[in-house]
Amino acid sequence: MTTIVLRGRCVVPGTAAGKALVSREAISGWGGMDFNTGVITERRHPLHGESFAGRVLVFVGAKGSSGWSHYFNLARHAGVAPKAMIFNRMSTKVALGAVVSRVPAITELDADPLSVIETGDWVEIDAGQGLVTVTKAAVR
Amino acid sequence: MILTDAEKAMLDGARGPAHRKAMELLIRYGEALGAERFVETRNVATVTTVTNPIVRKVALEHGMDGVFSRFNLDSDEIVPTPTFDAPACQLIHGIYRTEAREFGVAEDAIRLHDESEQYFGRRGLQMLSTCTPYQVGNVPTLGEHCAWMESSAVVYCNSVLGGRTNTEGRESTSAAAVTGRIPYWGLHVPENRTGDLLFRAEIDVESMRDWGLFGYYVGEIAEDGIPVLDGVRTTPNLPRLKHFGASAASSGGVELFHIPGVTPEAPNLGSALRRGGTETHAYGAAERRLAYDRLNSGASDPNVDFIMLGCPHDSIEQVWEAARLLDGKRISANVNLWIHAPRAIKEVADRSGYTAIIESAGARLLSDTCPAISRAVPKGAKVVATDSAKQAHYLPAIVLGTQAWFGSLEECVNAALTGRWAGEAP
Repeated sequence: MTTIVLRGRCVVPGTAAGKALVSREAISGWGGMDFNTGVITERRHPLHGESFAGRVLVFVGAKGSSGWSHYFNLARHAGVAPKAMIFNRMSTKVALGAVVSRVPAITELDADPLSVIETGDWVEIDAGQGLVTVTKAAVR
Repeated sequence: MILTDAEKAMLDGARGPAHRKAMELLIRYGEALGAERFVETRNVATVTTVTNPIVRKVALEHGMDGVFSRFNLDSDEIVPTPTFDAPACQLIHGIYRTEAREFGVAEDAIRLHDESEQYFGRRGLQMLSTCTPYQVGNVPTLGEHCAWMESSAVVYCNSVLGGRTNTEGRESTSAAAVTGRIPYWGLHVPENRTGDLLFRAEIDVESMRDWGLFGYYVGEIAEDGIPVLDGVRTTPNLPRLKHFGASAASSGGVELFHIPGVTPEAPNLGSALRRGGTETHAYGAAERRLAYDRLNSGASDPNVDFIMLGCPHDSIEQVWEAARLLDGKRISANVNLWIHAPRAIKEVADRSGYTAIIESAGARLLSDTCPAISRAVPKGAKVVATDSAKQAHYLPAIVLGTQAWFGSLEECVNAALTGRWAGEAP
């Protein structure tokens, strides 16, 4: 079993584990996802039709409307928030969105998580310790 | 984070539980960002909308304090909503209030909406109820620290007015209204406000449509960078800069742009650009066409049934331009034409006779919200045409099953008169 350990900076403390959903494109909140299901609805997005509910969302960053945090807050109320967030590009949208989603979140990893982690990999995150452990799906 | 004595007192509960919860949220948020301190603000633009079904359920169970605690302060503990420390305005709302019953909004949603306006209004919130507060009295000054949400308003505040705000969210803006504080991070810091991408316009950028397409192209490349626009030969007015920013904040996350010689923090090209490497992109006819094709890529049916104008909300001159095109004409029986402007501007349109012209043509002048925010479209609307790159970008993802054409105001009004989209690519 191949496991890879990444280290980064804590955004929201906490621990979680789950299957990864990876997006090289930025994700929209309001106007880009359905807060009742967690499904990406943006017309030209590579993850169009996929749900982040219960998965570890690994993504480049947030984009679009300032309704980002409110929509992830609503997704939490609807029980479809991601399990955790791992992202590259810090912004007010993604920081506040991670805070109000109340899920472990981490950024500034020592290797590009978009290259290391693929959709379907098993990811364990201990945000307070700045640790991400990836078990590759292909060799599990 | 380093706190002042006043901030420590708020955190310790000396100002009451809402100030404590607001400060707790701002600290969690500031630490997530990596901010070291707060900055004081006396200019907040937020939302307290209660029409979303999940929010409405909390309103029915726990009242307006429940809504404000859960959705504006991210607090499980329900605390009384205090009078706000900072002047704050309500951005775009969730329902077309005047037409709510006609449009089929549930009675309990209307009642809660009215209750929320009074409840939060009496705590200091100004019910401007528009995505464009800068068109109806909230005009930040150069260097003023603000806490605004609404991406199109944020980019206008930063770029055109020289106010300083990040793209805040519902929870951070409301916590800022309560405390008068926001993390000192990002665009509050002067060194972070210089441009890092240069776009050279090789074609004329003049019409409203030109500015929307330019913004849509720039946003997709710039993402959340700070673009500088060079080669613009005519001075854009308020609606053009509003359309450019809204477009660039939809295809990307642009929060600040500079146009040397036009916008206040860029007297010339040299002062607008960050020292060191900046990437340069040409914007010519091919790039304009790419933006146009992307915006129109989801539309195929020329039989339009809904024309949407006024995203972001129209200025009074835009309402007049639409009225002029409609004067003495009648839109197709198969089409609804909705024009959107802040309610304060609709009042001016009413007094000036523009509303009467619009209504005589069978169109509507509406306020408070928009189709994308309220999810309200005319019954059975499937094929939309709009002069807004932002609305064309978002509406098909929000009102599922719709397709959207993007074009000029003239093309949209013609589509309303004939029922057919005949827009032509630039």
